[in-house]
Amino acid sequence: MDQLFVNLKAWAVGLFPQPVQLWVSMAISAGAIVGVFSGMFAFATWMERKGLGRFQNRLGPNRVGPWGLFQPVADGLKMLIKEDIVPRAADRGAHFLAPLLVVTPTVLAYAVLPMGRGMSAVDMEAGLLFFLAVGGLKEFGFLLAGWSSRNKYALLGALRALAQMISYEAPLVLAVVPVVMVAGTLSLAQIVELQGFGESGALAHWMAFTPWGAVGFVLFMIAATAESNRSPFDMPEGESEIIAGPMVEYSGFKYALFYLGEYMGLFAVSGLGATLFLGGWQAPVRFLAWFPSWGWFFLKLLFCLGLFIWLRATLPRLRVDQLMGLAWKFLLPMTLINLVGAGLWRWTEGAPAWYWEAARWAIGLGLPILGWRALSAAVFRPRRRRRVYRFAE
Amino acid sequence: MSGLGNNASGTPGEEKGASSMLGLGILKGLGVTLRNFLGSYRDPERLITVEYPEERLPLPEQSRAFPMLIYDGEDPIGGLRCVACKICEKECPSQCIYIVKDRDARGRPMKRPKIFDLDISTCMGCGICAEVCPFDSIKMDAAYERSAESRFERLLLRKEDLAKPNAYYHKIHPTEAAEADARLGIASPEPEAPPEGAPEKAA
Repeated sequence: MDQLFVNLKAWAVGLFPQPVQLWVSMAISAGAIVGVFSGMFAFATWMERKGLGRFQNRLGPNRVGPWGLFQPVADGLKMLIKEDIVPRAADRGAHFLAPLLVVTPTVLAYAVLPMGRGMSAVDMEAGLLFFLAVGGLKEFGFLLAGWSSRNKYALLGALRALAQMISYEAPLVLAVVPVVMVAGTLSLAQIVELQGFGESGALAHWMAFTPWGAVGFVLFMIAATAESNRSPFDMPEGESEIIAGPMVEYSGFKYALFYLGEYMGLFAVSGLGATLFLGGWQAPVRFLAWFPSWGWFFLKLLFCLGLFIWLRATLPRLRVDQLMGLAWKFLLPMTLINLVGAGLWRWTEGAPAWYWEAARWAIGLGLPILGWRALSAAVFRPRRRRRVYRFAE
Repeated sequence: MSGLGNNASGTPGEEKGASSMLGLGILKGLGVTLRNFLGSYRDPERLITVEYPEERLPLPEQSRAFPMLIYDGEDPIGGLRCVACKICEKECPSQCIYIVKDRDARGRPMKRPKIFDLDISTCMGCGICAEVCPFDSIKMDAAYERSAESRFERLLLRKEDLAKPNAYYHKIHPTEAAEADARLGIASPEPEAPPEGAPEKAA
């Protein structure tokens, strides 16, 4: 059961002659990724709308199919039959290319995610680097969309999106660095292996079970929310301010592609978070290890997705300056503090006595908490400035 | 919470002191939404949605949509209270009423309408016609589901469509109908069950 898909693929590849086997293997992996995650996109839109409804004491979609389950089908059909409008002044080529540039990198990022034991499409030595680099490509798509539309709101939204994504890339990467530091590898498959049970022990060694890992996970999730343009960081869309940002001039299926890209990016980054901090496909405790590894991976992915939906249901959108302030003045120093904490943790490994271990935990927990407190007091303290009305009199 | 909000605007924080750690307010907010989420599954009373075509809210007694004509007795046309005095036609601000007086064989006007048309595509439901009618004939109906598929069907109501029995009037507006009966000095029809939720769908 655990190796079901791996064996299935091996069998399918074996049907072909030797010279084309590599290509067939790649095609099957790519097809599976695109198929599974597009299906999940449909499911996630349903889950999000249903969940948001419940968070607001509403019912959510309930008209199409049982519990509204076929709502994504109806939405997709609606998107498909809509007219595809390209503004006369738009740069047609770039306008067409932009949604593709948003979707393609997010799909590429899945190549290195280990979705189960031995289930990564490409087991790259620098998988983490590849993931982050490819994730950065998405920004070109948004810029291109905003620029090629010849619309001031689109351009403004694109620049906002760009500023946000570049700003949050720094804390995102820095939140990930401690994991690399402790694991000593950039390969995602090996990072997951390290988070297993070891020789003995009932509890898995998830990164999130250490103080720096827990803090790192929180920081990573905040940065990931911003990176995938999710509420409360959905500045690029900003319906009330700039209509829909870079997507203003898009309609029909191209518009749907932006959403596909957004959700695919969300899954990818959720998957990365699960891989780095929540033990990837590893079970949390030993007696649950019978559950297939890919099952664990997708459960964790759904868990992260649920967190994103919950956040969206709770928080209103930030202002641009608040957004930037949070990234540069709070998240970035926090990740640096966390880096120090992870270093201390790694350095004091194998403590000889229980009180050393206790001290280690105390330092590991105390450092980020103190840092968090100090930073929130320093950066976000209420400033009581007297208001001076210079021109009112 | 205070954290982010106070950054630039400088409003005095609702939370005082340095104890306001960034994120505590967010956690509180997350708690609120989580309570809603779980509560909506445990306690269906929390779901405020009325699933309209299947469920309806009960209409208040004074609710009104478009006018109707009341008749007494069994014959919808013969029993109409309307005497074709045309007051409502004159008062109607949107001029949606069109009345032609009936005449007998010798051409003398009769106290009944030959034509009584009401164009509900222009009627705004103000109720002035019902207020000015000295014969308690034209009253406001409460049936609100009057959508039509084109501009030219089911929107021009003839007197046959408008005629409603007094019992129906009692059903939707009991207090008002009893007053009207007292004014006219006629016996009220047998009291029916009090109005339950929506009135019956108008033909």
